[in-house]
Amino acid sequence: MRTLPVGEDALLVEVASGEEAQALLAELLRRRAEGSLTAREIVPAARTVLLDGLPDPARLAAELTSRPVPPAPPRPAETVEIPVRYDGPDLADVAAHWGVPVREVARVHAGTEFRVAFCGFAPGFGYLTGLPPRYDVPRRPTPRTAVPAGSVALAGPYTGVYPRSSPGGWQLIGTTDLVLWDHTRVPAALLSPGTRVRFVPVGATERVT
Amino acid sequence: MTDRALAVVRAGALTTVQDRGRPGHAHLGVPRSGALDGPAAALANRLAGNPADAAVLETTLDGCALRPRSPVVVAVTGAPCPVTVDGRPVAWGAPVRVPPGSVVDIGAATWGVRSYVAVSGGIAVDQVLGSRSTDLLSGLGPAPLTDGAVLPLGTPAGLPARVDVAPQPAPPAELVLRVTPGPRDDWFTPEALRVLTSRTYHVSPASNRIGLRTTGPALERARPEELPSEGVVLGAVQVPPDGRPVVFLADHPTTGGYPVIAVVHPTTLPAAAQATPGTPIRFAAVHRR
Repeated sequence: MRTLPVGEDALLVEVASGEEAQALLAELLRRRAEGSLTAREIVPAARTVLLDGLPDPARLAAELTSRPVPPAPPRPAETVEIPVRYDGPDLADVAAHWGVPVREVARVHAGTEFRVAFCGFAPGFGYLTGLPPRYDVPRRPTPRTAVPAGSVALAGPYTGVYPRSSPGGWQLIGTTDLVLWDHTRVPAALLSPGTRVRFVPVGATERVT
Repeated sequence: MTDRALAVVRAGALTTVQDRGRPGHAHLGVPRSGALDGPAAALANRLAGNPADAAVLETTLDGCALRPRSPVVVAVTGAPCPVTVDGRPVAWGAPVRVPPGSVVDIGAATWGVRSYVAVSGGIAVDQVLGSRSTDLLSGLGPAPLTDGAVLPLGTPAGLPARVDVAPQPAPPAELVLRVTPGPRDDWFTPEALRVLTSRTYHVSPASNRIGLRTTGPALERARPEELPSEGVVLGAVQVPPDGRPVVFLADHPTTGGYPVIAVVHPTTLPAAAQATPGTPIRFAAVHRR
């Protein structure tokens, strides 16, 4: 673990893996909930956790590096199920990258337990991990100017669901009717860092309401 | 709609509703947003008799014009500009009474970029995650003003300040941004940090609420590989592949994949909100406390 000061009141904590970042996030959230840590923002990412709005970043840095972070405690088995039609325009390309028949993509994807590693790009967009490294896929060589809301997509080690229509270079494998982000709902974001996610296949003609 | 409302007669190039933003949601990918020149927005509220967290209007270069449906007090701060009520000049930087049906026109900035318009009672559009701010990166909050739009006003909470003109800092002729090196200064050549803090940059016309873009000498990377996305803070000086530093402002993305060479001290950011394209920028290195 390495801590990097950021400006006057923030700290970037760098760890060796996504799993370690998850464990560190869980521990930091626990400390903030019990009142032993004051931080305005705790932002996990691929290999880091950023803490912003700290009263004493240097002291926290010393604490974090002297006391190892325990592994993430088992979370309550709260799993968000995302119904998905595996009908994306890039299914065949993804199957080719994986070296499997097209129908196998849905089976592998729906058989995986994902976890939200971090959020970013847009409100409610989660970077989901869980697929083994052999299923990494590159981004599309040319990004689409408009990816429809609800698109279930792959890039690198991640799966994501576009909360609203936006440009994007991820490989589209399916579509969901689930609303990932609704600012009038509590919570607004269905996916937040640490959430477990499963994709549940639904028939091509079946619509989820 | 009640008569506590404001009709937009002229929306201007880009006028948005802003308050102190929605910090605390970065882990969900939600930018903090909020007024770029916070002290100017707070002063406008104080002059109009509003609490500090009331929503104001933030204009861009050419102001806007508004017609209240009820008697209001208006105060304009930030970038200096001519202010008129039904064509008659009134004070900038002071509370001004505007009768119902009259048009208050906030003119083009004579210096600086963003004027702040507080109206007694505050702009009372619905809150999104505790804030009324327009977030131009992710589209949260109310859309930028359009001609003919009607904005609801809240109930005045206090009396306008009894001042003739409130002193305000002049917009900067040279923008001095105090920076603390890191967290990724080691991703650049040792020369890069020296270039950043000794050479003159200029404000690029491509700047917006998301970032202050610059023109000037490119900063050279020592590590060419891709940086995994990581959380970024307000004031982060991110360096994209073209090597020209970008200073992240209120609507900045919550994570980024380009290395951050230094972070601008937040007290020097309000001046960045008022720096017109072409303004010289000096990044002054300070030591961490």
